[in-house]
Amino acid sequence: MRSAATSMEAAGFRAILELADDGLILGHRLSEWCGHAPTLEEDLALANMGLDLLGQARALYAHAGAIEGKGRSEDDLAFLRRERDYCNCLLVARPNGDFAVTMARQLYFSAFMEPYWHEIAAHSSDETLAGIAAKAEKEMAYHLRHSGEWVIRLGDGTDESAARMQAAIDELHRYTGEMFLASPARLEAIAAGLLPDPETVRAAWDQTIAMVFSAADLTVPDVRVPQTGGREGLHGEDMGHLLAELQFMQRAYPGQTW
Amino acid sequence: MTTEALTPLWEVFIRPRNGLHHRHVGSLHAADSAMALQAARDVYTRRGEGNSIWVVRSADIAASDPSFAEPMFEPADDKIYRHPTFYDIPDEVGHM
Repeated sequence: MRSAATSMEAAGFRAILELADDGLILGHRLSEWCGHAPTLEEDLALANMGLDLLGQARALYAHAGAIEGKGRSEDDLAFLRRERDYCNCLLVARPNGDFAVTMARQLYFSAFMEPYWHEIAAHSSDETLAGIAAKAEKEMAYHLRHSGEWVIRLGDGTDESAARMQAAIDELHRYTGEMFLASPARLEAIAAGLLPDPETVRAAWDQTIAMVFSAADLTVPDVRVPQTGGREGLHGEDMGHLLAELQFMQRAYPGQTW
Repeated sequence: MTTEALTPLWEVFIRPRNGLHHRHVGSLHAADSAMALQAARDVYTRRGEGNSIWVVRSADIAASDPSFAEPMFEPADDKIYRHPTFYDIPDEVGHM
């Protein structure tokens, strides 16, 4: 039988891993734009945001690895797990699509993570995590502003940009509910004061999305079946392709450093 | 519409530290001033270059005509007495 402390450590590890995987996978998706963005300015903006998320993921993996206490490094956790062991939400792994899809995804995620990091920074019982959160909150505030401004301009832009922006919202909105669901590990972490309940930031998220969509003249689609499963490692078919590219170097050249 | 009409050119000025003035660092394309500020942040402050950004539409800058540079600037070349170093400072003045 596991002791209470061991169980709490396992839950803390898993709960922090969820945040780390969100950052790594979305950061990787943004890195796919590098050299392909519509303009030089946006190429840099997308790479900057990807690097913010990668930096957050690195700190979270290192911290999770220390909590787990099995000697797994950030590289081990980022590159050497199987697909079913990744517990990111489905939203962050959604393919880039067109620029509207990428901006909608970034808006949905950062509108959630900015207030969520704020809550962690203010209330977490884990000082290291609170420190990571304080830095991440500022980064997400910029992602939110940048993606929000783009969504407004595309939604309230030309006929084509408005149609594409609405299509992006229609495609992705069903993936947003998962951000507010607490996995069993997250529930334990919430009970222990490590992480806040995602529900505490729902009002802020709703308000941000309503404000942006109103300015962008976009309509919130009616979601009948929310898409979930990522937290349990049940990912869409795109995840395997993403990981194949993400993990290639460490799989082909184990232990490679640079 | 052309790219220039949708996303006109902006000149970017960055202030590296409080107390210094904004310096021109380059230019970029953006739809409006809010997006130009964000693009300037992303393109020109990736390595801690500054704590304040100005952007101004390139079209709004009135520039001197390069072909009129000689009448504009050469007359100043021989007015060496306009430089403080032209004057001998008496030793009694000490450091100025």
